[in-house]
Amino acid sequence: MLVAVGSLTVMGVALGGLLGIAARLLAVEENPLEEELKAMLPGSNCGQCGYVGCALAAAALAKGEAPVTVCPPGGRAVAETLAKKLGVTADLSAHEDKGPEYAFIEEDLCIGCTRCIKECTVDAIVGATKQMHVVINEACHGCAKCFKVCPTDAIKMCKVPLTLSTWHWAKPEVGQTLH
Amino acid sequence: MRLFPIRGGIHPDYRKELASEQAIVSLPMPATLYIPLQQHIGAPAEAQVAAGDLVKKGQLIARSQGAVSAPQHAPTSGRISAVTLVPAPHPSGLAQLTIILEADGRDEWGELPEAIADPFAAPAQAIKDRVAASGIVGMGGAAFPSAVKLNLGIQLKLDILLINGAECEPYLTCDDRVMREHAAEVIDGARIMAHALGAPRVVVAIEDNKRQALAAMNKAAAEYPNVAVIAVPVQYPMGSERHLTQAITGLETPAKKLTADLGVVVHNVATARAVHAAVRFGRPLLSRVLTVSGGAVRNPKNIEVPIGTKVAELVAFCGGFKSEPSRLVNGGPMMGQPLPSLDVPVVKGTSGILALTPAEVNDAQAGPCIRCGTCVTICPCGLSPVEMAAFIRKDKLDVAARLGVQDCVSCGSCSWICPSHIPLVHYFNYAKGMLMEQNREERKIERTKTLAEAHAIRLEQAALAKKAAMDAKLAAAKDKANAVAEEQAGA
Repeated sequence: MLVAVGSLTVMGVALGGLLGIAARLLAVEENPLEEELKAMLPGSNCGQCGYVGCALAAAALAKGEAPVTVCPPGGRAVAETLAKKLGVTADLSAHEDKGPEYAFIEEDLCIGCTRCIKECTVDAIVGATKQMHVVINEACHGCAKCFKVCPTDAIKMCKVPLTLSTWHWAKPEVGQTLH
Repeated sequence: MRLFPIRGGIHPDYRKELASEQAIVSLPMPATLYIPLQQHIGAPAEAQVAAGDLVKKGQLIARSQGAVSAPQHAPTSGRISAVTLVPAPHPSGLAQLTIILEADGRDEWGELPEAIADPFAAPAQAIKDRVAASGIVGMGGAAFPSAVKLNLGIQLKLDILLINGAECEPYLTCDDRVMREHAAEVIDGARIMAHALGAPRVVVAIEDNKRQALAAMNKAAAEYPNVAVIAVPVQYPMGSERHLTQAITGLETPAKKLTADLGVVVHNVATARAVHAAVRFGRPLLSRVLTVSGGAVRNPKNIEVPIGTKVAELVAFCGGFKSEPSRLVNGGPMMGQPLPSLDVPVVKGTSGILALTPAEVNDAQAGPCIRCGTCVTICPCGLSPVEMAAFIRKDKLDVAARLGVQDCVSCGSCSWICPSHIPLVHYFNYAKGMLMEQNREERKIERTKTLAEAHAIRLEQAALAKKAAMDAKLAAAKDKANAVAEEQAGA
């Protein structure tokens, strides 16, 4: 009896210790979820979420510290993919989706300081020192970093207008019927 | 020729008798025309004129931009008064860039391209170029640039050019009248298109309720052994290109494929007629035949209308309204879209303008689904409308997409048959729009990602280059110092 209890105790202690050491030595350094979440974010490190770059935002998302609606330029599409990945239901109704935007430079006010060019992480601004700058609409994703650094307030953020090709029918408004 | 059954479908009250016996009349040239730059699927045309320019009839006023696009021509001679935003004939009522042309009343033709004397001896490319330059788009309503469709013969082996004269939408009679009155032109245009496509056979499919059109087309096609005119059963939506193809060949077009993958290209009868005019006479597409009908219209008519005429002028030409219309529709009652107002222009894809009385419109409140399953039985695409709508109502668009909502052709049969008046097709139009928007957003994010990566690589390379330049400079300075030291040592 004593031998059996003793041997099992010894085995338990030995194996437990082994597992403990293995857990320390072979620990996964990074949460693999973070990498996956990072891949879903735009990757332009614009900083609108309040984190320093998309990698940190992904880390916060993985820890559950940030809501899925964290990424303003990603909009609804990113929020939905994140919610699906994290298995949470995204309450998009509360999320104020201001819609896609783009930056526009007032030609008269631009002094050609190139500060906005240095901020733009998607190379959407064309210009040179003391030359007028312009934003390429198709490339701009509305992160507003340039808007914040412009010393002459020449940059304004505009809503991407609704056109005939982007318009679609709204959801039908049917009362409380069951179907 | 053997016909094959199509799945589902409905038999609405056709009400074609309102306008079917009215011969086509030409609208007197309006004083002002409004020619939108986008009247087709694809990229909008680019204006080639500015306010104050004088133009002749048939002159190019906006050129096509990009692979899928179509140019616009001046429907009459006159002066351009502006290129500005004007409300489009679109349910959103949004404005789009439009060329405003003040007619001078002389209707003088400008210089037209040479007529192609023997189109059947001409290379196929010459025909396609002419169709593209003439601004011809699908006139059945979808307004897809016809020249792009004629190019399908390059990659695919085509067997049949199917000319769609089914006109299954209730009320509309414009294709019927075109076939009755201009049968020879339609057959000639169809043969020219078949030559451009490299399709050996032409089949003209007409619904069995248009006996006079069938007779006229049969007579016009009699001398051509490769042209067959066929009566197809009266069944909505027979005029959908996928369903018509199935009725003729027995083959169902797979999801996300074209009928051309089955060797069939479908064109509308009015498009064939426009091709005839463009090839034989060099005339671009300047006008179209459309039906103005509905219980609220005093004298329903089939009218040949210059592109850009305001709808209000058409209504006035038909004697105005005899009662207050409860709904204005652009197109047929099944697939047509509500018109925001009468103050919008006629475009190349406008097949009809309907003013419906309250008795013709079903405005009943939607009730609960009684699970009758009729929508599933009649869906011509083999979908399950009741299930898709339930998921869309709960914002589960991805599930609806899995059930095939993007394969819905929006024929409206389910909404028409539903005893509880559930706006099923409205749900599907909403879902298709939302899915398309999500797709656009995803593509934008992909693009942003690529750009951001390229930006990072560029910065890295710039830093490396700067470092290399610095190193080179330092090395050069060192060399120089060494040389000076040696010199001094030598001295």
